This record gives sequence, structure tokens and C-alpha cells, in this order.
Amino acid sequence: MELLYSLCVGVMTFSGVFLCLRGRTFPVVMGLMMLGYAVNLFLFSTGRLSLDGAAILGKSETYADPLPQALVLTAIVIGFAMTAFAVILSMRARADLGNDFVDGKEPPGRPKQSVSRWSSKQ
Amino acid sequence: MMDHLPILPILVSLIGGLLLLLPPFAGIERYVNRRVAALFLCLLQIAVAIALMAKVIDAGPIMYAVGNWQAPFGIILYADSLAALLVLLTGFLGLASTLYSFAGTDREGHYFHPIMQFQLMGITGAFLTHDLFNLFVFFEVLLIASYVLLVHGGGKQRTQANVHYVILNLVGSAIFLIALGTLYGTTGTLNIADMSLKMSTLSEGEQVLAKVGGMMLLVVFGLKAAMLPLHFWLPNTYSAASAPVAALFAIMTKVGIYSIFRVFTVIFGEGAGALSNMVLPWVWPLAILTVIVGTIGVLASPNLRNIAANTVLISVGTLLMAFSIRSPEASGAAFYYALHSTLISAVLFMLADMIGQQRGKAFDRFVIAKKVTQPTLLGALFFVAAMVVVGLPPFSGFIGKVVVLQSAATGLDKALLWSTVLISTLLTIIALARAGTTLFWRHAGESANSEDESASVWQVVGVVLLLMASPIMAIFAGPITEYTAIAALQLHDIRLPVSVLQLQGGQQ
Repeated sequence: MELLYSLCVGVMTFSGVFLCLRGRTFPVVMGLMMLGYAVNLFLFSTGRLSLDGAAILGKSETYADPLPQALVLTAIVIGFAMTAFAVILSMRARADLGNDFVDGKEPPGRPKQSVSRWSSKQ
Repeated sequence: MMDHLPILPILVSLIGGLLLLLPPFAGIERYVNRRVAALFLCLLQIAVAIALMAKVIDAGPIMYAVGNWQAPFGIILYADSLAALLVLLTGFLGLASTLYSFAGTDREGHYFHPIMQFQLMGITGAFLTHDLFNLFVFFEVLLIASYVLLVHGGGKQRTQANVHYVILNLVGSAIFLIALGTLYGTTGTLNIADMSLKMSTLSEGEQVLAKVGGMMLLVVFGLKAAMLPLHFWLPNTYSAASAPVAALFAIMTKVGIYSIFRVFTVIFGEGAGALSNMVLPWVWPLAILTVIVGTIGVLASPNLRNIAANTVLISVGTLLMAFSIRSPEASGAAFYYALHSTLISAVLFMLADMIGQQRGKAFDRFVIAKKVTQPTLLGALFFVAAMVVVGLPPFSGFIGKVVVLQSAATGLDKALLWSTVLISTLLTIIALARAGTTLFWRHAGESANSEDESASVWQVVGVVLLLMASPIMAIFAGPITEYTAIAALQLHDIRLPVSVLQLQGGQQ
């Protein structure tokens, strides 16, 4: 279980970081979401992984640490609000700056074809 | 009522900010109501901060268990001399920014004052909390408020700067959470004082994990504080923001610095066993480089707002150098310098805006443009501000730099600190002299503009309020440095929060 869990967190962090380094706002927002999920899973595991453990004393044989669950809940709420803000901001940037690059302008020396590959017109 | 004093600074801005969203204050035409209420809230905030400070001076550090859940399980607010001082500074800066915004910035959008209050709430909360996860929450509160304030007024440049700022800080928040998870998984606590107790009892394998967590915290705080090489966002962001917002942002880097001081003194300080002072080999060279890069930035700046942003970098570097000396004297000196540098950076951003308004399209760029309408007023303000920021006597900058220089240890450290700070001061004088000459003397045509562009009374009030603090800080340097020395002693005495929070000393 531990191996599967840590692999999941690792792969999601990897994808998140990779997407965050892309040049356009949409992949970056997706990357931030991925990173957020990975972080939430990671936080959850800091209370140690256990099966059949209730977070309340006396309800089961073993009990789970309730604090990471509370932390994850807080982190999810904050992450959700931040993602919403990032989405709105990138739409605003698309409208204000006329393109969806994070730097606000097309990278110089970039062949035109690779730009149109992503656009829906072709 | 007095028992609840430590949480009042947070509640004033929280409830005040919420009230500002309600009908008597919301709406386009009711901006006068909003202004009166915002002014009242800022004054109330200062009154509460002074009451808190008086109580801390009187009775020593006080703690407040939120919801009466005792440490180490509940969230604890902990007000010592340092936190009380920074809360007062935040309130004062908030007042000046609010006054300055009355000149018209606050009418560019309907939610300026509420968001400003939420921003103040986040900053005061970050200063007062003694729980690492709660620190994260207050960081997020101040960040989301700052995202909104940064785009206030709109425009291409602001949207552009904000995209970078938001993405960078969201990644920073993710790293913060991973660091917290690692530290919680190792020590089983999030309370700063409790963690400092657990740190010396870790086994060897756990120490490695704790070190990783601590280093990630340094990255996050370094990002907020704009420590090299995490400073690239700062000049663009700060020069894109509107003047009162940039002025308030002057304290945001200090939140990062404060967190570095708090976490790496209490948790990873003297009592951390094998992990004692583990960040020093990193912070000391990076601090020197931050000052150097900031100085180069000041020399290379094409406009006054950029100079202001780069002086923020220099002050961050200087503060981190003082942090690296790791003695209570140096920390006390750093706190005095932090007060001074926050206030004067805010003044520079405001002045850049006032000068820019009167120079037409050139704004505050260093090019030949039309003559400013009020050369005497602006020239005098700029002259005084420049003297304060470079640290010429008789202002607070001089005393701030002297106390930092005096606190240096002997040997190589001293040589490096003295030479870096003094050379950077000299180069800043040159850059500011050049800036002033271009802005005030090199103009096209003698006739000032006929249109009425003179600075608003509110702008002058805001700037003078902040600028007045400098001579006052110089006159009362004795009592203030005594106070910061006590604050530093309280910070470095890592047993103090343990006894205030009534934790089981040293037991597992």
C-alpha cells in the first residue's frame, strides 16, 4: 500500500511540475491543480497510513490521526479557491494581452506551425 | 475583554472588512461612507495594537488559545514584543496607505477598502500566530488579498505581473504544505514551541526528514522575502502595483523575514541538537548576493518605481545578513532596521506615483519630460526620502545602518558585512542623485502644465505621515532600540514560549 501510495504522489507531483513549466496558462493551471492534489495526498499520509482506523478514540481497535485529515480539508478548500482565482485570472490575461502565454507574448523564434498545432482552427 | 487582546487585531480587520461589503458601505456612490469607515478601522487597529504592545511591555509575552484548546493541540496566538511591534507597524502602514488611496485610487474599483482590510488581517495574523499550519492559512489570506489588490485598477502591465505572481505563489504554497507535512510526520506537532522541544529528541533518520522540511520552509519564506535567487518576481510586481498597494506590499517581504527569524531561531536555532543553525551556510552568502543584486538593480533602474522596488531587495539582504550573525544584538538591530526600511520603501513608492502624475506620459521614467507642477513640494519630499533611504544623518536610516553594522561579529563576517552595506549605500546615493536630477531639473520647457495636476491633499498627508516617522524614530532611537533589544532577547530565549504556553518541558 505504501509503495502504491508514494508512487501516486510522486507521479502526480512530477506531472504537476512538468505542466507548471509549460508556456501557456491552461497547462500551468492544470499543473497547479495536479500539484495541489499531490500535496493533499501527501499531507494525508503524514498521519501514517492505516486501514479500518476511525479518527475517534474507542470506536475501533486502531485509530487514525485526525489532524492530517483536518489539515487536508483546509488545504483542499484553500486550493479550490486559488484554482478558481487562477482560472479567472488567466482568462482575464487572455483578454487583456491577446494571447494565452504566461509571459504575455509569444516566445521569439518559435515556428508558427507549432503554435497553430494547438489551436482549434486547423 | 482584555483577555482577548491578542486576537483583537485580527478580528478588527476581519469584521471590519466584512462590514465594508454590506449595504451602508457597498455601491458606487457610497464611497464616502466607505472611506470614513476604512479610516475608522485603521485608527481602531492602531489603538488595539498600542494596547497590545502596552500589555506585552507590562506583563511579558502573552498567549491566546483560540477556542480555549490548550497547547500543543489547539491553535495558539502568541504575542511577544516582536509580534506586537510588527502589528503596530502594519496598522500604521495601513493607515498611511488608506489615506493615500483617498486621492482616487480607491475609486478605481468598489472593493479596494474591504480587500485592504483582509490584507491587513492576513499580515497581522501571520505575525501573531504560533502554529505553523495557521501561519500557512494566514499566508494564503494575505496572498489572495494581494492578488486582488495587485490587479486593482486594471491594465495590461498589472495583469501580466499578476499572472507570474499568482503562479509563483501557488507553487510556493504547495512547497509550504509539503514542508509542513514532512515536519508534522517527523515531530507529530505543528506548534512552534512544541516543535522546538521535539527537535532535539529526534533519531538520526528523522533528523534528515526534519532537515528536508526545514530547508523547504526556507525556500518558501525566501520566496516571500524575495531572497536571491527567488527575488525575480519582486521588481516587476511592485512597480506594476498602484502606489498605495505597493506601499502596503513593502511589509509583505517583512512577513517572510519575520517567519525566517521566528522559525529558524525557535525551531532550528540553538536548541535543535544536530540541526542547530542548519540554514546559516545558505542564508549568509545569499544575503550578501541579494544586497549586491539589489544595488545593481538600483543603478540599472529605468524609473523611480523600479528603484524603490530594488531598495526593498537591499533591505531584505541587509536584514538577512543581520539574521545570519545569530546574536540577540544583531536581531535587535535588524528589527529597528526593518521598521525603518518598511516605512521608507512605502514612501518611495508613493512619491514615485506623485511625481509621475505631474510628468505626463513619461510618468516616472528617467527621460526628459515636462516640468513637474509642484517642484518645491515634491523636490523637498524626494530629497528627505532619499536621505532617509540611503542612511544619511540625522534620519532613522543612519541609525538603522549603524546599529546593524555595530552588531557584526569580528573577523571575516564583519569585513564582508561592512563592505557590502557601505558600498551598496554609496551606489544608492549615486543612483538617487541621478534620479532626482533627471526628474526635477532636466525638463523640456520652463512652463509648468496649465492643467490642474497638483498632488492631492490626501497623498501629501499619507507621505508626510510616513516620512515624519523617520525623524521621530531617530529622536527616540534610545527607547526604540531598547525595545527591539528586549524583543530580540525574547525571540532568542527559546524556553520562554514553552513556559508561556505551559508545555511539558522537554518530555516526550
